[in-house]
Amino acid sequence: MLKIEKLHKSYPIGDSSLHVLKGIDLSVEEGEMVAIMGSSGSGKSTLLNIIGMLDEADEGSYTLDNVPIKDLTEKKAAVYRNKFLGFIFQSFNLINYKTAVENVALPLYYQGQNRKERIEKAMFHLGKVGLRDWAKHLPNELSGGQKQRVAIARALAANPKLLLADEPTGALDTTTSHEIMEFIQSLNDEGKTILMVTHEEDIAQMCKRIVRLKDGVIMEDTKVTQVRASAHV
Amino acid sequence: MFDRDLWREIFQSINMNKTRSLLSGFTVSFAILLFAILFGLGNGLLNTFAEGFVDDANNSIAIWPGTTSEANKGMQAGRRIQFTNDEYNFLKEEYGDKIEFITSRILKNANVSFRGEKNNYPFRAIHPDNIHIEQNKVIDGRYINQSDIDNKTKVTVIGRLVEQDLFLKTTAVGKYININGLQYKVVGIFSDEGGDDEERMVYIPLSTAQQVYGNNDYIDFMYLTYNPEMNSDQALAFGNSITKKLKNRFSIAASDQRAVRVENMAQGTKAVETIELSINILVLVIGFGTLIAGIVGVSNIMIFIVKERTKEIGIRKALGAQPKSIISIILLESILITIIAGFVGLFLGMWVLDLAAPMLEEYFLKDPSVDTSTIVGATITLIIAGAIAGYLPAKKASRIKPIVALRDE
Repeated sequence: MLKIEKLHKSYPIGDSSLHVLKGIDLSVEEGEMVAIMGSSGSGKSTLLNIIGMLDEADEGSYTLDNVPIKDLTEKKAAVYRNKFLGFIFQSFNLINYKTAVENVALPLYYQGQNRKERIEKAMFHLGKVGLRDWAKHLPNELSGGQKQRVAIARALAANPKLLLADEPTGALDTTTSHEIMEFIQSLNDEGKTILMVTHEEDIAQMCKRIVRLKDGVIMEDTKVTQVRASAHV
Repeated sequence: MFDRDLWREIFQSINMNKTRSLLSGFTVSFAILLFAILFGLGNGLLNTFAEGFVDDANNSIAIWPGTTSEANKGMQAGRRIQFTNDEYNFLKEEYGDKIEFITSRILKNANVSFRGEKNNYPFRAIHPDNIHIEQNKVIDGRYINQSDIDNKTKVTVIGRLVEQDLFLKTTAVGKYININGLQYKVVGIFSDEGGDDEERMVYIPLSTAQQVYGNNDYIDFMYLTYNPEMNSDQALAFGNSITKKLKNRFSIAASDQRAVRVENMAQGTKAVETIELSINILVLVIGFGTLIAGIVGVSNIMIFIVKERTKEIGIRKALGAQPKSIISIILLESILITIIAGFVGLFLGMWVLDLAAPMLEEYFLKDPSVDTSTIVGATITLIIAGAIAGYLPAKKASRIKPIVALRDE
């Protein structure tokens, strides 16, 4: 479903340049739940950004759902992001003047669906994350865990092939982290492919496969026995 | 562009940032307010000029005979020129369509009496066209007509104030009055906005006067209006052509300035047109200058808005917003703010002019106002102004990279 070969990326810093990714090969099958781990500066976020089409690689190939991702115009990248990907961020990134349901409906707006249809689907996904009653609330009226669940509902709204999560529990306390992870696991159980960047070992252990990055190369790529988050709750 | 959801987005954004939107609109409001007031005052000034010409039609030409000052073609200087019906007919035939209305005139003074009331009035013998040239309004009965001219009838049309002076208890139409010893039937009363003197005037048919006072076809002078489709330059040329032809007719030297005098209102009209043009240019220059300041103001604040919303725009892009959708949000917000602020300024300006109008009349500014076409023009200008103000910020917004915008602090 996702295939990356010989991916290189460097950033210019003054006159020299910083080589962040030094030839990454990675392939992810449908239904996998992969954690990308590494210390800061290991290139894990850069890798996720390239997979998320928020950034472009200097070298190498990237195929997503049999579509080669290259030479993207802004417009094409926007369409692909909308169609293939759902984002979950550490800091939630909800739009603060829009209610929960409006936030969830936003990707559908960019697909050109009409308002009634959007709100209906958004309400369905809010229901899935258990926040149907909070639909009309603004983000600042929600707790951190609730915000992240709204963000997950938003990531799911457009029914993407791949969920990308950048430290999804980074801003949450342990209990709430486990709740969120439990929910993400249940999404994976339903067949969603999930790619997650984290630096917390216990969170990584809740995935099915861990890819460890160091200094821009993959050090280790192992399947693990998934620890169910429900055991901690 | 006219998608309801887009407008919902824009109103939501303006609503979220009322103070900011208000501030950014302020300069535009102020610009348009200033422009409206300037425009109104300019208009008022022009109306005052126009009123100065309200007495007679402002496309009129008066042609007076005089005395030659130069010898020409064997005739000595000092010859008196006398116009007759022939000159009247000559002008009508020669110029046809170029003449709108024309009348000959004989001027006299008249002792007018009705029963015991008696007074002295200026008196004019005229053709029917005089009504248009003098801009008389018949308020009772009728004016002098062609059949009066043909039949040399002894009828008269008198000014409103003449009726007031002489007919204390009754109306004048149908009664006979005595003018210089002869009985004339009053057939009509007229009014004239040119002032009291114009309404203390007695008119009789030209042919009647020619028969009664000398039994000849002499006339004192001619008064005509030129075709209003002519511009002032054409009208001036027309006046010169009349002068030339009449001089020829009476064998007057071309350089003789006294024998035929032509008073062409087009000279005044041209002067007024020049002043009008300068006032309009002045108002436009100042108005546009202020508007540009307004645009810069809105543009500045929109750039600030874009900066402030960088993260939100990044989120939208990550969720699949295309550059054109980001551009239209910023651009339409800018246009909307500009239009709303512009109209606030415009209506404020109209309100101020309305309040100030009575006071301004003392300063020779009549009816300062802003009309519908100006409002339509202002709307179009504002849309363009808003688009200009929003263009750079919108461009900037569309170039925001989501990865940069989403980078955690």
